[in-house]
Amino acid sequence: MQQTRLDNTFKQLGKRNSKAFVAFISAGDPDPVTSLKIMQGLPAAGADIIELGMPFTDPMADGPSIQASSQRALKAGMTLKGTLDMVRQFRTDNDETPIVLMGYYNPVYIYGVDAFIHDAKQAGVDGLIIVDLPPEEDEELCIPALNAGLNFIRLATPTTDDARLPEVLANTSGFVYYVSITGITGSASPERNVVEEAVARVKRHTDLPVAVGFGIRTAEQAGAIASVADGAVVGSALVDVIAESLDSHGRSSPETVTETLKKAQELADGVKRA
Amino acid sequence: MSKANSYTTGPDENGRFGIFGGRFVAETLMPLILDLEKAYGAARQDPAFLDQLQDLQTHYVGRPSPLYFAERLTEHYGGAKIYLKRDELNHTGSHKINNCLGQILLAKRMGKRRIIAETGAGQHGVAVATVAARFGLPCTVFMGATDIERQKPNVFRMKLLGAEIMPVTSGAGTLKDAMNEALRDWVTNVDSTFYIIGTVAGPHPYPAMVRDFQSIIGQETKQQMREREGRLPDTLCACIGGGSNAMGLFYPFLDDESVDIIGVEAGGHGIDTPEHAASLAGGKPGVLHGNRTYLLQDDDGQITEGHSISAGLDYPGIGPEHAYLKDTGRVTYVSATDQEALDAFQLCTKLEGIIPALEPSHALSHVGKIAPDLPSDHLLVMNMCGRGDKDVFSVAEHLNVDIG
Ligand SMILES: Cc1ncc(COP(=O)(O)O)c(C=O)c1O
Repeated sequence: MQQTRLDNTFKQLGKRNSKAFVAFISAGDPDPVTSLKIMQGLPAAGADIIELGMPFTDPMADGPSIQASSQRALKAGMTLKGTLDMVRQFRTDNDETPIVLMGYYNPVYIYGVDAFIHDAKQAGVDGLIIVDLPPEEDEELCIPALNAGLNFIRLATPTTDDARLPEVLANTSGFVYYVSITGITGSASPERNVVEEAVARVKRHTDLPVAVGFGIRTAEQAGAIASVADGAVVGSALVDVIAESLDSHGRSSPETVTETLKKAQELADGVKRA
Repeated sequence: MSKANSYTTGPDENGRFGIFGGRFVAETLMPLILDLEKAYGAARQDPAFLDQLQDLQTHYVGRPSPLYFAERLTEHYGGAKIYLKRDELNHTGSHKINNCLGQILLAKRMGKRRIIAETGAGQHGVAVATVAARFGLPCTVFMGATDIERQKPNVFRMKLLGAEIMPVTSGAGTLKDAMNEALRDWVTNVDSTFYIIGTVAGPHPYPAMVRDFQSIIGQETKQQMREREGRLPDTLCACIGGGSNAMGLFYPFLDDESVDIIGVEAGGHGIDTPEHAASLAGGKPGVLHGNRTYLLQDDDGQITEGHSISAGLDYPGIGPEHAYLKDTGRVTYVSATDQEALDAFQLCTKLEGIIPALEPSHALSHVGKIAPDLPSDHLLVMNMCGRGDKDVFSVAEHLNVDIG
């Protein structure tokens, strides 16, 4: 597979001995215009990689924060097509920051797998994380996406034992997303030494970078996790800031963009201290 | 699609019925469902497991359930000979217990220490709470806040049985949302917890496993009909939420070509309105809750809420095997509206002295549409899969009767 923005980013970070801060937001939260502004500000706030959530009515692996964020986006009229448009607009003045779309399979399936891969690639998407497509369903999207030059980033979890890891890693590219806890996004925060062991275990099976997420809320936690991995992913803590910044009608306020980016900067600083 | 040699070979090793089914779950759950598949594969071939299940079906549930000739309904419609498979007489009042017993024995066998479940009407929740009490396992039932409101008697029954009820407020607060929340609990408590899914949906092996545990309905029907009439029935009819009572009745007859098989979905206010729960009639293939099947959804692939007078039927999906049986044409799927179900509910109560649940009332309403035009030697079996005690409050409300 050709080098992608993800490969380059991790290579550059590696040269500087630095870790990746991966920032998650839902596309269209709290509305498409504000969401694009947040996305456009993330690289300057220290995000090395942007994970853009594709809103879905039934986000089964997500906790209350990302559920609510997804709901806000859908209510504001976000669609998968709108998400791809957002990537396209972001790319008009940023050609470096890798963008990974994260979500669930049904909207992609309904969009049409071939059309989706084509349009995502054209828009400037680098990788996909589809929560409900385990290796057992690789024929659906993973293989066609890889063939088209998109990274397919797989989640490895505490329940993925050594016997299963090779199967999970087989068609993974870009990086491995290690889910630090059994649970949904935004729940208990992981312990550093447990994560350290887990990352070491994954690395015995792959040369790919390993980013760790689920449950990281503060700059300190992000730093602690990043110090034992190649990157830290933060989602719930960022979208919570969006939620808190909304006015009484649930609409974005002047603080929505600034506060969210301030939180991103804090988290990025935490990661960079690692 | 070409005609299959047998309709009973599915699912394949990937859990597929044609293009439907599969294992669309998060990685955290994948090892668990592989484990479950292995454990179920071993259990179903273990005579000790099967003996224990059968013993409980007989002495705890009260099986076999009667196949009852509904003389007055038959007279009323003036056509086909109508039989009711009386699964509403089961312990706990519906077919749901057939599946729960099988799954809790499996949970015990796998050394699980905690049970979770989703419920819509509360019939599955009650059945799960019942077997959890019987086997001394703590049990948490996820139930949509809307459903808690319209199924109060069942909520109280579950609490009496010792279950913890977790109200689910996400989405419309109905069955789909309860299932999301149960899945979220399961990914969090992977080691201790067994998830008893209540219908023929979810990731492989659930659709096949629940079907197998429910197939006792069809097996008994076949034998009872042979004893009563000396032959196979001509038509089978059952209501469909997720499709477990229907799969249970249909499965043993799928390769009996002479048998007409009809599934009845919940038509709500009408399938030409947005307010219904007929996934086959009004949905299209998509992926939700671990499998590919027909789903109610919009053009963006967002799942829409089902609507039905019956909390047990308003699920925006349907078991993947039904999706396959629809596409192959082996089973005919139709729908009945809220009002038609209410009418059938009252008719059955008055004519047969049987208060049916609102779910099978949908099937009965369809029986009323076809029976008059069928000859008097036509044997028609309808699955009376639940009793209506749980529904009397909401029926009173629909009839504008104040019972306090
Ligand atoms: C009596 C009864 N019938 C039918 C159903 C629908 O489920 P299924 O289609 O799986 O039989 C329910 C669900 O709660 C029920 O309580």
